Amino acid sequence: MPTDTQLKPVLSVQHVSLGIRRSEGHWDPLVRDVSFDVGAGMRYGLVGESGSGKSMTLKAIAGLLPRGVEVIEGQAWFGDEDLLTMSAGRRRQIMGPKLSMIFQEPMTALNPTMRVGAQIAEGPRRHLGLSKKAAMDLAVEMIARTGIPDPVRRARAYPHELSGGLRQRVMIAMALSCQPALVLCDEPTTALDVTVQDQVLRLLTQLCEDMGSALVFVTHDLAVISQTCSRLSVMYAGQIMEQGSVRDVYRAPLHPYTEALFESAPDFDDPERMLKPIPGLPPSLTHPLPGCAFAPRCRHVVEACTTSAKQLAPVADSRLTACDRVHEIFEVNA
Amino acid sequence: MSAVATLRRSRRGGQPASRRLRPWYKNGSLVAGLIIVGIMVLLAVLAPLISPDNPLHQNLDQALQGPSGTHWLGTDKLGRDVLSRLLYGARVDLKIGFLAVLIPFVVGSILGAIAGYYGGWIDIIIMRVVDVFYAFPLYLLVIALVFVLGSGERSIYLAIALVSWVSYCKIVRGEVIVARRQEYVQAARLGGLKNMRVLARHVGPNVVSQAITYAMSDIIMDIMVIVTLGYLGLGITPPTAEWGSMISDAQEFITTLWWMAVLPGIAVVITGLGLSLIGDGLGDLLSPERRR
Amino acid sequence: MLGRLKFVPMRILQAVPVAFGVTVVVFLLVHLIPGNPAESILGAQATPARVAALSKQMGLDESLPQQYLHFLSNLAHGNLGQSYTYQTSVLSLVLQRVPVTLTLVLYSVVLMLIISVPLSAWAASRPGGARDHAVRVVPLVGLGMPQFWVGVMLLLVFAVGFKWFPVGGYGQTFSQHLWYLFLPALTLAISVSPVIIRSLRSSMLNVLESDYVATARSKGAGGWSLFSGHVLRNAVIPAVSIVGVNVGYLVGGTLVIEQVFAIPGLGSLLIGSIQARDFPSVQAVALFVAVFVVVVGVLTDIVYTLLDPRVDLTRRIEV
Repeated sequence: MPTDTQLKPVLSVQHVSLGIRRSEGHWDPLVRDVSFDVGAGMRYGLVGESGSGKSMTLKAIAGLLPRGVEVIEGQAWFGDEDLLTMSAGRRRQIMGPKLSMIFQEPMTALNPTMRVGAQIAEGPRRHLGLSKKAAMDLAVEMIARTGIPDPVRRARAYPHELSGGLRQRVMIAMALSCQPALVLCDEPTTALDVTVQDQVLRLLTQLCEDMGSALVFVTHDLAVISQTCSRLSVMYAGQIMEQGSVRDVYRAPLHPYTEALFESAPDFDDPERMLKPIPGLPPSLTHPLPGCAFAPRCRHVVEACTTSAKQLAPVADSRLTACDRVHEIFEVNA
Repeated sequence: MSAVATLRRSRRGGQPASRRLRPWYKNGSLVAGLIIVGIMVLLAVLAPLISPDNPLHQNLDQALQGPSGTHWLGTDKLGRDVLSRLLYGARVDLKIGFLAVLIPFVVGSILGAIAGYYGGWIDIIIMRVVDVFYAFPLYLLVIALVFVLGSGERSIYLAIALVSWVSYCKIVRGEVIVARRQEYVQAARLGGLKNMRVLARHVGPNVVSQAITYAMSDIIMDIMVIVTLGYLGLGITPPTAEWGSMISDAQEFITTLWWMAVLPGIAVVITGLGLSLIGDGLGDLLSPERRR
Repeated sequence: MLGRLKFVPMRILQAVPVAFGVTVVVFLLVHLIPGNPAESILGAQATPARVAALSKQMGLDESLPQQYLHFLSNLAHGNLGQSYTYQTSVLSLVLQRVPVTLTLVLYSVVLMLIISVPLSAWAASRPGGARDHAVRVVPLVGLGMPQFWVGVMLLLVFAVGFKWFPVGGYGQTFSQHLWYLFLPALTLAISVSPVIIRSLRSSMLNVLESDYVATARSKGAGGWSLFSGHVLRNAVIPAVSIVGVNVGYLVGGTLVIEQVFAIPGLGSLLIGSIQARDFPSVQAVALFVAVFVVVVGVLTDIVYTLLDPRVDLTRRIEV
């Protein structure tokens, strides 16, 4: 049920729940009932604190869930195939040419014993049926497109011979080498120096635009989302709290958690504003609360918040929130 | 030091040995190992009481017999009772195996501690000597040494000592180098403690626990060496009952009296298993953060 | 690639003092003999005249450093002395036996890899599962088995019982060698495999859980292409040094195993010479084996560097 794009979405995540299996039929939930759609060529943000389940959702889509974590229910439609129940063989066919991923740690995400050129060329050789030579040429071209000077020489370098920023550019070149329809990014700039972060972000968005690739961007950094994405979901304790276009949500959040998140992050437009940390800690995932997960830390909490489970529901034009009291707390422009 | 700092320190591997997370008797490996080794030791100690016969008593009329009521495991080529020899063999092999670790343990650990703690040219010299000894495979050097020193128990102790101090030296040196960089040792040194006292009080317990864990596998190694020397006819002089020479004696009758070659080996395997389990258990117990 | 081999001469140079130390130990072996070595070698029945003659031949009347220099200069000329029993030069004797022992060692390394690599991959593919526990517990038993006894057991089952293999000997042609040496090589492989499997398993686990394997998966690599292209090489690197160290252990084991299977290699020469109190032969075997182990150490470091581009041994001299 695409809610916010006229076209068929590239990726449609439907009611996905993930958990760690404890015994038959019993899981400790990590992610609960997450749904969102990513349109063709769109850049979509998933934002939240660590432990909010945003990375786990991404890993489930990429088929890279850590051992012990399982999909309890839901689908992730990619075209007309479900990524969550796809066979390993089919997944290998689409990973690279249709769907690819960029990881957080450029230091460890590259094979230390393989030259970076060969690592970039691996995908095109496998999927585009290129010869070794042609794949290598493509790798060099991709390195050049990421703005690394002297690409022929760099292609022969080992990862440890490159700086963090260069390595992440190599990762980008690798992820985009087969022109995938969708690129999943797991905090791709978090491990980089602030000065490099910005360049890498620009490069990433630019290349994705050039190639028409859609992007799912997972980060805890609100500034990064505002710079790159058009729509976002705010996640907390394994659930989506609020969903909408970046412009609308940043202008007027419709969930107390989003509001608190903004207040806890520095604002470059108003450096005088005091940062307000969110009091308390996220709830334990093994003992989910009966009511709203954010209730214990919410400044607007009332009795009703702690008793019945909350569901993400539409409030305005293509905006959804999981807060029952949204009309009492916020001014909603329908 | 705050609790967080203590935690961080322990994760880096230099935790004081006294901090144990679990009582020893709840450690499955350790208990199982202690039971196995305990039974073997008990059998060895009680050999004179429980053996059906004198292990040296020859009776050529009854040589090479299969199991019977009087000789449960049969007799060897000189008509000696195999079961009795097996039990008495445990006395010899276990005793030498356990005692032989002592000298190399002490000497190797001290030299390793000195090399690791002082570094510099002392370290270089000691480690070069270690390298030289490492170049000789264990069995080669032991065989050559027992040869030149003459066979017998004393030569075996000496040969093992000369060969296996090297491992303790390497282990302890490595541990000391790591421990020396730890905050609490640095702190003790800055606090004005003398070198030797820092070494003994702060580095000692951690390092020794590593060496003790290693010693378990070293005892196995020593038993192997003794048995192998016995097999090659270079170890304990006949007619003393010893597992290795029993296997070697039995090899010529292997087509018929195969158990005579099998059983002493199984005795070694069981002892080794027990010691491995103890070693594993001690490893967990003395340094929980090192569990792989 | 070649640039990283700049360290090789340096590494060989480092091995030189160790090799010298080896000659010192081998030389001193004679002098550990209680009493007069010549007398001890000839036995109690020897006439004083023969003892005196041998003492002179061995140079025992010189001072220890002089004797050592003598020993070294002989060594430099390839003169390891005359064998008392075989009445030929010890060098030719040893050189005859070296190929046999070397074949056995290489054969057992090959078998060891054939055993260890699949088993550790198999264990690492389901960590914590039944197969993993099996692969981790079996070594505990395996490490406690005396090598020669394993040999006797294999002999009992496969040579005496099933008659699939000869009971001993070396054979004439290369294919016969492979057939005759199979059980001894298997014995040695079984005795070192537990150590190798342990280290390979844990390094494979590290690699399988690494980010770059996830990256490779995100490129569509899986199954064999993932294992051969990304896992194996990275997992083998830490195992190489373990294998290197254990080659010394293998060679030591060879000396004993040759006895079990009556193989005419260095081990048989060593034990035979000991029984005959043929001193120069014992020294020569010790020297050859120890130098071999030193050479293997150097080769291990070279292989390690070739496999791991991060290592720069020109800068890593003392670890």
